[in-house]
Amino acid sequence: MADILNWVDIGPLDGIPVQGARTLQTASDRIAVFRTLDNQVFALLDRCPHKQGPLSQGIVHGHFVTCPLHNMVFSLETGLAQGADDGCAAKMETRLENGMVRVGLTPSQMAKPDAQ
Amino acid sequence: MNFVPAHETASRPRLVVIGNGMAGIRTVEELLSRAPDKYNITVFGAEPRVNYNRIMLSPLLSGEKTFDDIVINPLDWYQHNNILLLSGDPVIHIDRAEKFVISRSGTKTPYDHLLLATGSDPIIIPVPGHKLPGVVTFRDVDDVDTMLAAAENGGEAVVIGGGLLGLEAAVGLQARGMAVTVIHLASHVMERQLDGSAGHLLQEELRRRGITVMTGADTAEICGTDRVTGVSLKDGHHIPASLVVMAVGIRPNGRLANESGVAVERGIVVNDVMATSDPSIHAVGECVQHRGLCYGLVAPLFEMAKSCADDLAGINSTGYGGSVTSTKLKVTGVDVFSAGDFSSGPDCDDIVFRDAGRGVYKRIILFEGRIRGAVLYGDTSDGAWYFQLMKDETDVTDLRNSLAFGQAFAGGSATNPIDAVAALPDNAEICGCNGICKGSIVSAITEKNLTSLDDVKAHTKASASCGSCAGLVESLLAATLGGGYQAASVKPICPCTDHDHDNVRRLIRARALKTMPAVMQELEWKTPDGCHICRPALNYYLLAAWPGDYVDHGASRFINERVHANIQKDGTYSVVPRMWGGLTNPRELRAIADVADKFNIPTVKVTGGQRIDLLGVKKQDLPAVWADLNSAGMVSGHAYGKSLRTVKTCVGQEWCRFGTQMSLGMGVALEKMTWGSWMPHKFKMAVSGCPRNCAEATIKDFGVIATDGGWDLHVGGNGGIHLRATELLCKVTTEAEVREYCGAFIQLYRETARYLERTAPWIERVGLKYVQDRMVEDAQNRATLFARFIESQKTAQIDPWAERATGGVDAHEFKHLTAAE
Repeated sequence: MADILNWVDIGPLDGIPVQGARTLQTASDRIAVFRTLDNQVFALLDRCPHKQGPLSQGIVHGHFVTCPLHNMVFSLETGLAQGADDGCAAKMETRLENGMVRVGLTPSQMAKPDAQ
Repeated sequence: MNFVPAHETASRPRLVVIGNGMAGIRTVEELLSRAPDKYNITVFGAEPRVNYNRIMLSPLLSGEKTFDDIVINPLDWYQHNNILLLSGDPVIHIDRAEKFVISRSGTKTPYDHLLLATGSDPIIIPVPGHKLPGVVTFRDVDDVDTMLAAAENGGEAVVIGGGLLGLEAAVGLQARGMAVTVIHLASHVMERQLDGSAGHLLQEELRRRGITVMTGADTAEICGTDRVTGVSLKDGHHIPASLVVMAVGIRPNGRLANESGVAVERGIVVNDVMATSDPSIHAVGECVQHRGLCYGLVAPLFEMAKSCADDLAGINSTGYGGSVTSTKLKVTGVDVFSAGDFSSGPDCDDIVFRDAGRGVYKRIILFEGRIRGAVLYGDTSDGAWYFQLMKDETDVTDLRNSLAFGQAFAGGSATNPIDAVAALPDNAEICGCNGICKGSIVSAITEKNLTSLDDVKAHTKASASCGSCAGLVESLLAATLGGGYQAASVKPICPCTDHDHDNVRRLIRARALKTMPAVMQELEWKTPDGCHICRPALNYYLLAAWPGDYVDHGASRFINERVHANIQKDGTYSVVPRMWGGLTNPRELRAIADVADKFNIPTVKVTGGQRIDLLGVKKQDLPAVWADLNSAGMVSGHAYGKSLRTVKTCVGQEWCRFGTQMSLGMGVALEKMTWGSWMPHKFKMAVSGCPRNCAEATIKDFGVIATDGGWDLHVGGNGGIHLRATELLCKVTTEAEVREYCGAFIQLYRETARYLERTAPWIERVGLKYVQDRMVEDAQNRATLFARFIESQKTAQIDPWAERATGGVDAHEFKHLTAAE
């Protein structure tokens, strides 16, 4: 975490479905932003370390997400694969302030803001 | 009705049994096991049905069991044992001088021996209004049917009587969606079995479940003019109700005996071998009075049956010596046990154990160092142990200090259930209902090489009645067979729960659980919101149980069903529009070609199910792709769903020179009827126009093959890893029949298969006969299955693509978040 994070606003919490996720395209990659049943927000790179599955499309349960391609389960808090599987999904920093969601982007992700 | 022809053997004496209930038929069973060929047997039953397990009426009412589940002896049992069954035709007269009986239909049947098993009648309190329509008792399957019919419209019900039966009725009606009030005369419910503390705990539990309990309440009048509208109490309270269940007790039915001059006091007077004052007439069950006592529980009935059978078979035995009884309330999730006398006296010693946190209350009443009674609430696992100590009049002085903690702590031994059961003496009673002791179960297991609970049930009857000792029997199997025993263990759906699929389904219906949070709360899920394994299963079970009522939970569906397309390895999607019966036309093909061009769709492929797959569509393009396909008249093909996939056809009689029926038309009709239906797993169909079977209907879930005279219906096939050919379900002649059988089969599959179980493993598990019994042999059941399927289709046949392409549903799925400046 050597880079200084740039905190960007990505809209209200209600823009993300409960027990669901939406994606944010950055200059270098795509981020999956999750909202859990207890209304907490987490973010991972939208790329399963196993076969690059889009984690944003998985079923969200507790503070976990299940990859839609091969059912690997990842902790939203740490990015670590659960159970017998090995691997770690890249974790991103998030904040929830006054109902607004913010994500901490690295300089390379900020290089060329691409808001689709 | 239910007439079973029996082949009378002239030389045998005639035994006529009046009563087709639990006591009468158990006596016949016991007699057959002793002297199978001694009598020509005729059975008269007042109810128009076979012998069933009356103590299971409560689960029948609550929906936890079906009538089939509670049948003890089906028709072929009577046939096999050469018994003439005359059900629905009660005996109305006994002529003891000439030795014959006359039934309501006028049939005159001579006897050499007569067995009375006329049971008991529910007591009706003769308050004004007790004969109004809408006032029922709780005694037989007809009563349950009346209650179920009333519960269909919801509304309010009053149960008069807070005893065992009344409370079971109340819980059952509440599970069926009625608002229930229990009116009870005494100061707490079940006062004959429970003391005040346990009664209070039970009342609190009932209240928590939404049942109103009024104690000290005396009924003044049942109100209404042409049907019941409510109940008025003597203290002026009025409770509105469209159904009133009278459950205040039972009275031995000795009418017939009395009219014929057999000695009757409170019940028909019998001696220890169950003979009445007339030596050629025996009596068993709730109708008798033995040593001054009448019984209303099943265990004494079965003991009587043995003594009676001994006597009828000509075997000398000590006879029936009376019973000490115990009671359990058969309400799911409420554990109550009571035995013996719990009214404390001056020389009695009470041991009381309470754990408010767990809602546990135990009270053991000692008299001169022996257990005189026990009341257990919340944890009844030691009920059988206390009961045994009580019946044996064991001196428990040395156990007194740890008695309340149960058998596990008694004498410092037996800390697990297998050791505990191993430590029991051979004469310890395991099955209270059937009076089966440990010794007979163990010898059956070793002599007959029994390896499962079902085996033990079949050979010994242990746990075949109320089933509450099933756990003990399993422990006994484990103790006897050691490592060789594999319990038919419950396989939980996933680590979030201890329940298996079947249990969860049953409880969703029985407890009317209609949302996912309700299921997780009531069934004590261990995680806050389940996981990717249980949530899709629950979503399906709720959808199947409450069509039109349950709101589909998208977040609990796998991505394919959430966005109505198939995710591919690179995160793009594939799109398969429906082609009814594999038929298409130039307009549809042009639209598909245009869509492929417009959205740069890289791969277009013909599928095995006779349609076209567009592969590599970007997620954000999906709504626009669907909109274009919709405007050419195409809808979702559900190629992504646990639902109807395709109906493959051959061209049949429409074109083919060998075709015998219009298979194309039939395929289209079936697909139009069944598309959109959610199922436990994917479901494929095919229709072939002749036995050459070009549509490969014999590896489909439901395959139709035309013949000269009609249609062969095949079920349970699939390709895949475990290739399985279909089995022939039946042959039908008309197109309407094909449609009805198809819908009924799908509905049976939808209602009984486990989530992610295809028809092939499902049929291998339940057996083809199970399916045939329910939808081929039973025309009425087939019709109701079909009706339920059609009903659920009303809310299922909405094109999910149109909802998203133009209806704005789930718009967030197809748009990225955007970063603000």
